[in-house]
Amino acid sequence: MTAELDTFAAPTRLPGPAAERPAFARSLVSRLGELAHQPILVLSWIIVLVVIGWAVAPGLFTSYGPYTGDTAASFVPPSAEHWFGTDRLGRDLFARSVYGARTTLTATLLAVIIAFGVGMAVGLVAGFAGRVADTVIMRVVDVFLAIPSLLLAMVMVSVLGYSTTNIALAVGISSIASFARVMRAQVLSVVTQDYVKAAYGLGVGRLGVMVKHVVPNSLSSVIALAALEVGTAVLAVASLGFLGYGAPPPEPEWGLLVAEGRDYVAVHPWASIMPGVALAIVVIATHRISTSFRKDHR
Amino acid sequence: MLRYVTLKVGRALFVVWAAFTLTFVLLFVLPVNPVDLLFDPAEINTIPPEVRKQVAENYGFDDPVIVQYLDRLGHALTGDFGNSVQSGRPVTAAILDVLPSTLVLASGALVLALLIAFVIALVATSTRHAWVRNLVEALPSGSVSVPVFLSGILILQIFSFRLSWFPAFGGEGARSLVLPLITLAIPVSGPIAQLLVRSFATEFHSGYVTTSWAKGATRGGIIIRDVFRNASLPAFTIAGITFGNLIAGSVITETVFARKGIGRMTQIAINTLDVPLVQGVVVLVAVSFALINLIVDLIYPLLDPRLRATLAISIPQAATGGLR
Repeated sequence: MTAELDTFAAPTRLPGPAAERPAFARSLVSRLGELAHQPILVLSWIIVLVVIGWAVAPGLFTSYGPYTGDTAASFVPPSAEHWFGTDRLGRDLFARSVYGARTTLTATLLAVIIAFGVGMAVGLVAGFAGRVADTVIMRVVDVFLAIPSLLLAMVMVSVLGYSTTNIALAVGISSIASFARVMRAQVLSVVTQDYVKAAYGLGVGRLGVMVKHVVPNSLSSVIALAALEVGTAVLAVASLGFLGYGAPPPEPEWGLLVAEGRDYVAVHPWASIMPGVALAIVVIATHRISTSFRKDHR
Repeated sequence: MLRYVTLKVGRALFVVWAAFTLTFVLLFVLPVNPVDLLFDPAEINTIPPEVRKQVAENYGFDDPVIVQYLDRLGHALTGDFGNSVQSGRPVTAAILDVLPSTLVLASGALVLALLIAFVIALVATSTRHAWVRNLVEALPSGSVSVPVFLSGILILQIFSFRLSWFPAFGGEGARSLVLPLITLAIPVSGPIAQLLVRSFATEFHSGYVTTSWAKGATRGGIIIRDVFRNASLPAFTIAGITFGNLIAGSVITETVFARKGIGRMTQIAINTLDVPLVQGVVVLVAVSFALINLIVDLIYPLLDPRLRATLAISIPQAATGGLR
């Protein structure tokens, strides 16, 4: 939701010459130099990389298993031994959060890929294929935007069945509309550029112009939106997990971890707060990174 | 001008109709056996075939899809979305029952969110210290990053269980409203604050502010008299997004605080696969969204003289697609 307003912000920074050239073409060295002046951005990257590490190789980060618990040690408060404390069954909550990263992040990745891929294609067709296609597509997009994405995702999950994959599908599909709209706006502005007219003038076909000029030059703002969508999608996936539409209970999924701890929040608050705070920190980090992307691409 | 109004009304009607059709396809056509959806998944195997057959007849699932669709659409036009599967009551009545509770929560949260957003924008604009501005400007993105269920649990933990200032659960009385209100206001305030901070900054560096400086106005005077009025208007353009955030937020907030309302009812309806109720809620939300955007589209030009001027010439591109 915030994505729309961010990308449609008042154009305070007009695209200069830098916007014509993909920002990643700048030298890596100068970018690393810039990073040194932004400790929070560096910290955000570290957090995100560590959490990706959790998802890829959870065994490296914790010696506890996600399912094995010691019932004698139930509801141990956070300590050096159990960083996040333990739950009702004495399972180490840090281990469960580490292993849960795989479930939550895979779902997030899938959701973002769907939203990005389909949204980009739909937006490209709307912006490039002419007025009839544009009108039809944008009216459909309007409808999807009229239903809050969490509600739409809930409805879709109820039809598809409860599972983390279906949550990913639902979150992805319900975010297609905003990607399509941003891509279309970008395509519409790119096709009026001189270099596009020049390409036509040189005899390049419509398809060639689309592939070689329109797509590469329209991508930057959609990529920035995708970066922002990562945080939003983590939140959506975890929210649906919290509501109980995702993986069944023994599975460690971040939203579900919070939901499981919630029943004991009055007496053992850490059981839901520690996984929840970890989740919030990850989302804040991805938002910080996406902001830096947006600045680069303007 | 008339063309502009007709276009906007037509689009709003289209969105509502399409939302109805979309939910019809999702809920009544796509499921392989829609009758199954009408029973509690736990009891599905205990339902005798005669009962299934009769339910299918009652709901018209044996008719061709197009007949079912036209029948449901016709009834929906008169406000009849059928009966809730769980309670057997008309969907419209069930919704109207819990609507006031959510309206109170959402409107209260909206007011609080606007207050927070304006305070953030005012502080960010009026401060002379860069670190204060940076800190304050970081708040909105933080507020949209923290999951609503987490902030709800934290607020519950601190103000109810630790400090015992407010009751933890229950939906009666003004005191029980305070914590859900704050929980819901936090994520809603974020996008508004981001927009206002930018808009305040833009206006603060515009020409008429320079003129006011030259005439000897003070910083505070300029912000209150000039910037505040001009920079607040764009907040209307994200009314639709704000509404979506309020709906999504209320689903979680009402679940965390066990409050009755549209959000919690929707969650329960989806858990129990109460298909008619789910469709009723989705259509209600789409109607509200379309109505809010229609009102903004029609009123915004009246509030902003620049837009009114462009409207008189032609339909502005900005208002038809760019702003919303």
